[in-house]
Amino acid sequence: MSALPLITGLGLDDVLAWLPEGPRRVRDFLADADALARRLPPGTALLNVCHDRYRFAVGFAAGLVSGRVSLQPASQSAETLARIRADFPDVVCLGDGAFDTLDLPRLDFPDVLDADPEHVAAIPTIPADRLAAILFTSGSTGLPQPHRKTWGRLVANGRAEAVALGLDRSAHTLVATVPAQHSYGFESSFLLALHGGCAFASGKPFYPQDIAAALDAVPRPRMLVTTPFHLSTLLAAGIALPPIDRILSATAPLSPALAAAAEARTGAPVHEIYGSTESGQLATRRTTEGASWALMPGVRLDQDGDITTACDGHVEGRVALSDRIELLPERRFLLHGRHADLVNIAGKRTSLAYLDHQIAAVPGVVDAAFFLPDDDAAGGVTRLAAFVVAPTLTRRQLLDALRRRIDAIFLPRPAIFVDALPRNSTGKLPRSALQALYEARIHHAAH
Amino acid sequence: MSETVSSQAVDALLPEVAALIVEALNLEIAPDEIAPDAPLFGEGLGLDSIDVLEIALVLSKRYGFQLRSDNADNVRIFASLRALTAHIASQRTK
Repeated sequence: MSALPLITGLGLDDVLAWLPEGPRRVRDFLADADALARRLPPGTALLNVCHDRYRFAVGFAAGLVSGRVSLQPASQSAETLARIRADFPDVVCLGDGAFDTLDLPRLDFPDVLDADPEHVAAIPTIPADRLAAILFTSGSTGLPQPHRKTWGRLVANGRAEAVALGLDRSAHTLVATVPAQHSYGFESSFLLALHGGCAFASGKPFYPQDIAAALDAVPRPRMLVTTPFHLSTLLAAGIALPPIDRILSATAPLSPALAAAAEARTGAPVHEIYGSTESGQLATRRTTEGASWALMPGVRLDQDGDITTACDGHVEGRVALSDRIELLPERRFLLHGRHADLVNIAGKRTSLAYLDHQIAAVPGVVDAAFFLPDDDAAGGVTRLAAFVVAPTLTRRQLLDALRRRIDAIFLPRPAIFVDALPRNSTGKLPRSALQALYEARIHHAAH
Repeated sequence: MSETVSSQAVDALLPEVAALIVEALNLEIAPDEIAPDAPLFGEGLGLDSIDVLEIALVLSKRYGFQLRSDNADNVRIFASLRALTAHIASQRTK
């Protein structure tokens, strides 16, 4: 059985992470991970909710070297945690801040680790087939769906991204506005450091001024790992920005106009990542160079009718993709939108069918339908609307009930109360009818 | 610019900030329907982190200061309309 190093592309004395108090070398990181591993209670699963990217990384490595799998749910709702507890009875929750772990056993990240970096002699290796992480998506049924990632695939993932972006030839310091636990942040701020020879900043800057300060605090070349929404607000804030050498975007399509504005403003090439939690990242493109995507090294796409499946390379098994894809020569392809019904708001996914089911189940709702307006906000986030027939409910009562059932990001904005839905003779709701109703009501509301 | 702002000054600014939030987020409520002390997140107005960035952008344009999460976190500043308004009153440069 083959084993692969915890870190490749960096030596023991290279910098892996930048903390507010200064750099952490690979040997510091390994010593911290060892020290933390000694403090972990017995068990096989680690729910790592650390906000700080360095602490997340130490927790992940501590789990890995001590035979634990890292659990990374997209949502930390009570229902999700209860399910994780049921599936992993010996789970321990590692956190570094305010976090309601309910009844899960928890370990707060220690303020001081009894670490001895000068005695670290080598980078440990991990069996390639070891289950290293399980990422969860909410799934179209609302139940968390596990996606298992083995160590060998994660190593390949980090290397493939580094090669696809050319970072293997020019290591960057990564400043990320996205969490380390979620698929994109996990791959592009954590794996890219471990196996792409990059270093990462420990923070997760949020406001434009935070992002500028975080970039300024780390050495060049720097890559900002972000989302269209964060990028859009960063540019709109009109603040002075330190030099940025590259920008990476994912979780939602980046408009060519926003990409061009970002390149004009910063001089940094803007690249996008395409992928999903299930498949991992699959392709990259420089947005201003055209619409087509280039597959990452090793990854393959198969097509059967409308359905495109990703496999090979760092993809675990065969993963059906939720987008309509047109394959092009030379490992390139075009995206033609999502298959009907799937909704992606700020990187969180669900289906309209699931949302319709949830709203219909609210007592007092006679009929209802969610509606995703056509994308119009460049860099902004399109919000869902809902049409509701509920003569006995107030808006507040409806939203309170919905908030208990669905992620806040999917709450309708607006919820439009109507006397009846425009169902056709077969009881179906044509999207064109909903679009017309939406335009009529939004137009009406604006006057 | 002072950290201590009179409660009268905050009260006077409340309707303006409420109107900004309603406009920025395209909420379907009247500004005076936002209770000054109700939480803006979760069970209150139900804002999320995307809304926070949208509001931060509008505030920076209107009041000439940038929100920073290292000197005061979102949870405190966005605890309520009154908390947010008090922060604006103490930080505004225009």
